[in-house]
Amino acid sequence: LAGFGNLMQDVLWCFSQVKGTIDIGVTEADIISTVEFNHTGELLATGDKGGRVVIFQREQESKNQPHRRGEYNVYSTFQSHEPEFDYLKSLEIEEKINKIRWLPQQNAAYFLLSTNDKTVKLWKVSERDKRPEGYNLKDEDGRLRDPSMITTLRVPVLRPMDLMVEATPRRVFANAHTYHINSISVNSDYETYMSADDLRINLWNFEITNQSFNIVDIKPANMEELTEVITAAEFHPHHCNTFVYSSSKGTIRLCDMRASALCDRHAKFFEEPEDPSNRSFFSEIISSISDVKFSHSGRYIMTRDYLTVKVWDLNMENRPVETYQVHDYLRSKLCSLYENDCIFDKFECVWNGSDSVIMTGSYNNFFRMFDRNTKRDVTLEASRENSKPRAILKPRKVCVGGKRRKDEISVDSLDFSKKILHTAWHPSENIIAVAATNNLYIFQDKVN
Amino acid sequence: MAAPLGTGARAEESGQEKQDVQEKETVIPERAEEAKLKAKYPNLGQKPGGSDFLMKRLQKGQKYFDSGDYNMAKAKMKNKQLPSAGPDKNLVTGDHIPTPQDLPQRKSSLVTSKLAG
Repeated sequence: LAGFGNLMQDVLWCFSQVKGTIDIGVTEADIISTVEFNHTGELLATGDKGGRVVIFQREQESKNQPHRRGEYNVYSTFQSHEPEFDYLKSLEIEEKINKIRWLPQQNAAYFLLSTNDKTVKLWKVSERDKRPEGYNLKDEDGRLRDPSMITTLRVPVLRPMDLMVEATPRRVFANAHTYHINSISVNSDYETYMSADDLRINLWNFEITNQSFNIVDIKPANMEELTEVITAAEFHPHHCNTFVYSSSKGTIRLCDMRASALCDRHAKFFEEPEDPSNRSFFSEIISSISDVKFSHSGRYIMTRDYLTVKVWDLNMENRPVETYQVHDYLRSKLCSLYENDCIFDKFECVWNGSDSVIMTGSYNNFFRMFDRNTKRDVTLEASRENSKPRAILKPRKVCVGGKRRKDEISVDSLDFSKKILHTAWHPSENIIAVAATNNLYIFQDKVN
Repeated sequence: MAAPLGTGARAEESGQEKQDVQEKETVIPERAEEAKLKAKYPNLGQKPGGSDFLMKRLQKGQKYFDSGDYNMAKAKMKNKQLPSAGPDKNLVTGDHIPTPQDLPQRKSSLVTSKLAG
């Protein structure tokens, strides 16, 4: 269970691995756009702006090297999506992978959903370690044999071969979204999943690609009346009839699919009352929710807006039960953050396996963790400078004004191009994956 | 008695009220930032964070080639020599009529991800 600090029972985070290259100029395509562990934590998938997926697998822990606690090595990589151009709408469709979601494992193969702005794909990743040999009609190179030359028959046998991991697209769910897909979520029934764009949410069956049910539609009859868009959506981890979606106005709606086919009327509406004296030009922009995640228990939802992370109890709609400041010092920088578009950055947030700690990213390659029980928080940095094997990460601190201490960094020195938007937490262990632009860092807690 | 912030209730003493206003401005850095922004861009939309952002978000990825415009412009310029694309093929502006060939082509990523290297 995670906590942190310097007490014996608290977690000390250590550098484990970093993937990717040190480039002076980052190629756009290499920017990581999503990170996700599978349900056992054995696999870790990343998607990038170039439409590629890389899957890492945790190696078996060996008794010979107990200090190397299961490192992640490349297992498979493939091109999931290609760039497209919709000539009818004069619309460029990016190949950037917006989200990857794993299906629970049901047989030897692994399945994941990956999506760009318009198309969701179901990929099967499977291993092949045997090859049939001894065909009758073709020779070992695959060339067809002359049938008249065949005088005996033999039974092909399976011979071992070097392990090959293949990724094949099993389903392509296309042409169901007019707007840009921001979320996909696998249902706990393992038969359906949903995809959400700015204005609509669709429900799919994994077996059917030419149809989907529209379950939420917030498009106004007159687009001039548009006041909010859907920013994220997720199914409840246990109740297959329940899902939530967040909006650009900072609200969350919980819907029950048993109530009606079209879930335009919410079952619950979560909104924190705003203090009108605090209202400014930036209020609505910074209240836009960029991510929503159910806790593993299903009792809470966590939302991320520009400056805070909030935990909501499903039984209390009128305000969050917990609010954590991620980088409140940015409040006095909103003007320049608006000018450089950083105010529109979409940060994600994650729970640890026991729902006791939450994590989210910030700028300058900083990421933050909040312990819900002890109410303590820590700021850590993903940097090549702290990348000696098993080096303990030192907590970082941003100094707001006045005297800056030696190891603190001032707000004005923060690098806003180094943003940590995507992180992932292993489902049961203290292993985290942090995407820093084109590099993937893996940190683990200290092994004694 | 100090008037609580946000209620708009008038304080009994004008001195107290002035202090409240000053407190408000120092307490809410967003207002100072908003003033900075409005000073730079006086024409900024009246609707804070409203439809303009949303429409921009919905139209992400829109290119400007329009076959209707293209054909109209082609008809208009029937007698003139069409200017060829300038040295920077990515810049399709001004009098130049964009053609499908001029739009920057998106090449698919044939290179393996460096994460797998």
